[in-house]
Amino acid sequence: MAHESSYVPGNVVEKWIDDRLPIIRWSKEHLMDYPTPKNLNYWWTFGAILAFMLGVQIVTGIILAMHYTPHVSLAFDSVEHIRRDVNGGRIIQAVHATGASMFFAAVYIHMFRGLYFGSYKAPREILWILGVLLFVLMVTTAFMGYVLPWGQMSFWAATVITNILGAIPVLGTPILELLRGGFAVDNATLNRFFSLHYLLPFIIAAVVALHIWALHVPGNNNPIGVEVKSSRETVPFHPYYTMKDLFAIIVFCIPFAWFVFFAPDILGHPDNYIMANSQVTPAHIVPEWYFLPFYAILRAIDFNILFIDSKLGGVIFFAGAILVLFFVPWLDTSKVRSGTFRPVFKWFYWLFVANFVFLTWLGSAPAEGIYVLLSKIATAYYFIYFIIVLPLLGRFETPRPLPTSITESVLAKHKAPAAAQPVAASTSH
Amino acid sequence: MATQSNLAHQDDPKPGRRDFLYIAAGAVGAVGVAGVTWPLINQLNPDASVLALASIEFDLSGIEVGQSVTIKWRGLPVFVRNRTPEEIAEAKAVPMSDLKDPATDEQRTKPGHEQWLIMIANCTHLGCIPVGDSGDYNGWACPCHGSQFDTAGRIRKGPAPTNLVLPPYEFISDTLVKIG
Repeated sequence: MAHESSYVPGNVVEKWIDDRLPIIRWSKEHLMDYPTPKNLNYWWTFGAILAFMLGVQIVTGIILAMHYTPHVSLAFDSVEHIRRDVNGGRIIQAVHATGASMFFAAVYIHMFRGLYFGSYKAPREILWILGVLLFVLMVTTAFMGYVLPWGQMSFWAATVITNILGAIPVLGTPILELLRGGFAVDNATLNRFFSLHYLLPFIIAAVVALHIWALHVPGNNNPIGVEVKSSRETVPFHPYYTMKDLFAIIVFCIPFAWFVFFAPDILGHPDNYIMANSQVTPAHIVPEWYFLPFYAILRAIDFNILFIDSKLGGVIFFAGAILVLFFVPWLDTSKVRSGTFRPVFKWFYWLFVANFVFLTWLGSAPAEGIYVLLSKIATAYYFIYFIIVLPLLGRFETPRPLPTSITESVLAKHKAPAAAQPVAASTSH
Repeated sequence: MATQSNLAHQDDPKPGRRDFLYIAAGAVGAVGVAGVTWPLINQLNPDASVLALASIEFDLSGIEVGQSVTIKWRGLPVFVRNRTPEEIAEAKAVPMSDLKDPATDEQRTKPGHEQWLIMIANCTHLGCIPVGDSGDYNGWACPCHGSQFDTAGRIRKGPAPTNLVLPPYEFISDTLVKIG
């Protein structure tokens, strides 16, 4: 959304800077004047919430690194030292640990927002792909961070997840030994995970910059999915959306604070308060809640597919569940962006959401009896949605008539609430 | 200068000496970059101190019949089990057609020492440690994803693709074994 810069240097110093490095001009254009559709609902505040969470994780993480020791015999105790001895360490550690959960809660909402309102469709494909890449980086970072406290769950998560790479034919074992720096998960593994866990957030920050760049070229999608037609349909990002986003961040911090102050361990596992022991596996190992849907998919493949054995098959589906997201812009053939105007899509979409929650629950259930069958069914729908439903729906579905512009939809909503039912429905999702 | 040669290059459709130099310089550069990158990646591989632990000797005399111990070899847990005659008989009675990864009990042990079952304790699925004396086959059962192994450590049920792995080992005497 190209627009003329309205920046006029206010004094000689600003003028001097502007002639050499126009950073104030750039900031005003992209952080303040950036024209934003005026009809964005609260689902659009999660981008800012995610940026806030990245900041929280980096700040608390740098502090924790000042007190943490990445060594197999000292790591576990150093985390306890942070929680018991370091001034305010109990809270800072809890912010970082529960912050990971809040970060994932926000990113899932952000992604489901994009899937409902068709935010991945032209011309926003690269924006979406960078978003999926950010999700992959987040998953990697969170996994490595979870290993650092060196409890039983940390150790066995590291063992099981790195073993996934061992399923790769021929190269599996050399890659596994290269990744672990030994024949088993040990001190070398802990050290490199610490190093990478410190590095990756800054890579994430760089990709976030690209993600926002890719957003600022076409401009925001919006709940009706009709492109902005004139500057009267936009408002400047500051103060309209800076304030709205700030309010959303404050509301988001309420449950976050509850976890930090009242239940810092509720999302964790008691077994992680036992120091890592390479000789004993806990009776019931499960990953953190935010990995459960993908864990359920990994476990669902317990049968051989032609020449592919069950272990490799599970890994292929596990990776495929994330990789398929990269192709969504081309899998969804519908010209209509917003799910609000797609009557049949809505059913499949909400079934997909329910199925995803169901997979989360299945991932936490033991891999036996009826759960195995249910996991297979849920895994099948996860892929059917992307590979069959989205491509076919674009051909067979008749969308409802689109409003001609954002202005029309906003005015219709205010003039005749009863007649504007379709638009009202969009904001309630 | 670069601009001039680029222009000259565009005007002349035939590949000349200049193109050859570009490609040759680029190729040498690529080899140089690869040569520098390899040590940066190779440092991730198991280091000398890890490799130095590659062989251990273990005294079996303290293990009673029916008892199992877990020892550490190359950072990996290893099961050493002194099997009872019933367990051996049970393992030998299994027909090969029942096995996902067929191996006879003789192939799983050393001749003359068939009461000793020595194998890497990590489940061949995703590396958890199966619990001994459990499961439907009186062998091991993995708590993580439900794989079950029989009294010769062979996979009988669940997602694990192969039998529990045997480390390289040899008997130095009747009570001393060298693993690795």
